[in-house]
Amino acid sequence: MNTVVLDHITKHYDQERVLAVNDVSLQVRAGELFGLIGPDGAGKTSLFRILTTLLLPDKGQASVLGYDCVRDYRQIRNKIGYMPGKFSLYQDLTVKENLDFFATLFGSSIGENYTLIKDIYEQIKPFNNRRAGKLSGGMKQKLALCCALIHKPEVLFLDEPTTGVDVVSRKEFWQMLKNLKQQGITILVSTPYMDEAVLCEKIALIQGGNILSVDTPDGIRSKFPVPLYAIRSDNTYQLLTALRKEPGVDSSYAFGESIHITLNEQQTNMAAIQQSMVAKGHTQLSMEQIQPGIEDSFIRLMNQA
Amino acid sequence: MKQFFAFIRKEFFHVFRDKRTLLIMFGLPVAQIVLFGFALTSEVKDITLTVIDQSHDVNSQQLVSKIKSSSYFVVTEAAPGFNDIAGAFKNGTAKCALIFPANFGSDLQHHGRAPLQIITDGSDPNTAKTVVNYLTAITTAYQQEINPGKPLPYLIIPEPRMLYNEEGNGSLNFIPGVMALVLMIVCTALTSVSVVREKELGTMEILLVSPFQPLMVLIAKAIPYLILSLLNFILILVLAVFVLNVGIKGSIVLLFLESMLFIITCLSFGLMISNTTNSQQTALLLSMMGMMIPTMIFTGFMFPLENMPGVFQVIANVVPSRWYFLIIKAVMLKGLGFKYIWKETLVLLGMTLLLLAIALKNFKTRLS
Repeated sequence: MNTVVLDHITKHYDQERVLAVNDVSLQVRAGELFGLIGPDGAGKTSLFRILTTLLLPDKGQASVLGYDCVRDYRQIRNKIGYMPGKFSLYQDLTVKENLDFFATLFGSSIGENYTLIKDIYEQIKPFNNRRAGKLSGGMKQKLALCCALIHKPEVLFLDEPTTGVDVVSRKEFWQMLKNLKQQGITILVSTPYMDEAVLCEKIALIQGGNILSVDTPDGIRSKFPVPLYAIRSDNTYQLLTALRKEPGVDSSYAFGESIHITLNEQQTNMAAIQQSMVAKGHTQLSMEQIQPGIEDSFIRLMNQA
Repeated sequence: MKQFFAFIRKEFFHVFRDKRTLLIMFGLPVAQIVLFGFALTSEVKDITLTVIDQSHDVNSQQLVSKIKSSSYFVVTEAAPGFNDIAGAFKNGTAKCALIFPANFGSDLQHHGRAPLQIITDGSDPNTAKTVVNYLTAITTAYQQEINPGKPLPYLIIPEPRMLYNEEGNGSLNFIPGVMALVLMIVCTALTSVSVVREKELGTMEILLVSPFQPLMVLIAKAIPYLILSLLNFILILVLAVFVLNVGIKGSIVLLFLESMLFIITCLSFGLMISNTTNSQQTALLLSMMGMMIPTMIFTGFMFPLENMPGVFQVIANVVPSRWYFLIIKAVMLKGLGFKYIWKETLVLLGMTLLLLAIALKNFKTRLS
């Protein structure tokens, strides 16, 4: 059964001048950990707000747990947990007060669903009496997650929960999401970090309001249609400039210390490219065929679109 | 209901943890009372008076000593000539001058009449008029004193009384005004800002995505400010009675209920503003421009409404504090009962309902 359904959703801002979401259709199955992956301004937050009944779509239909996002917004608000992208707790209330307040607001109490938040809450418990505004970034996110979970929601919407959080905290955070998934909660999470995509069961790549592809992370990588190569030399920048002029190279972009390229299939092979580069004076060349990652897929899909 | 109380408790945390809010809420009434009570008084005291006495006789000296003995004047006698008057006015050492012509006394005694010139600083017309009145009164009194046996053939002696305020206590007029002003600022500005702050900080997003009814958010927001405003009202009343000696003639219960109605009017206005703005600054500016300035001008405690052009009198009718001011004056100073103020109460009630209706109609259960 599909817990979240988006059916040809379109959303404009600013009197139709800005297109935020363009004809998006998606399904998220019950119990799935679903990732919405895309850069800033791709339309992730708009989609989240439509699903959490905060925004009305211009066109299309959306439903959560079988309830229509426009008509049945009351029912949806009873059953979901939402953590906005911006830290949205009361900075002048303490950790405990925030948690207490949100628990009561959702007609629950800290005790009632303590098992659900135990693992996360234990980590911030030492700061119970500290004001939320004085917490570190990672702590804030943990508290926000606790507050979103305290009423045992059936669906959890997390809008960029790891943005601005250090690497260690990010890892912890994803571990928590996996534990939550085991409790049967459907989780929708958005992130601009491609490396987090593999941690989801299923992902949707989104760019400029358009969905580029929806699949499992492995599925998306395996759909990469052509061989991908990584080239290194002692001067990455000059190498990139040269590769861009090379007629046999279809696409090339810097990726860490190396350059990822794909070739125009028919006429060229890697040996020819290597010869050409050596002839142009590039030294310490090394190249190998590699497995494409999510980011490679994203860049390819983005360029096609 | 539990949610509701949790919300109100949270709202009190916000207020008590924000020193600025506290300062505005409880510092403002004290500052206003002190300012209006002691600094901004329209009574004229210690007027500097310079005397040019060209006759130096008994009469002129008796009159000068009369003036000296009143608490209104400080006399500097040593002005040598006419030209020095202008100088004294310019550098501020004198506010008025009294000139006795030569032969003042003998003219008075032989011809039965003698001129006396009063020169005042007309750049401040209100003070100047008051000064002339004081001096005329003292001169008239002196005149009667030196003619005890010879009453004028026909004499009308006006005996003025200021009803409801026999001793001319200036505080009586502005206390209701300050009450209107302070309640308006606390209720309107702070309420609108507190709702908009939730929008600005993003907490509104979570509040909306909760089973808590959005409308209850507004009501739960308004209640703490209602309570705090009532406390404020009591604070002002206590200050008025014990610091400024303003007596409360009417029913305190009636006063309390009418004030509560006015507070709710202001809260409705605050909620209306908060529903139409998205930043704390805009909300504050709107509530200040929308309420503070009209309240100052159109309530009637600073500038009498009766003297305004018709257009402004009509505008004044839509300012809630104008009606509250009338009610408070009637109850507090004149001791009148409800049957004398039911019309004003009805107007306030109507305004409240209208504002509330607009606020609720504009309330958004979603973002933007």
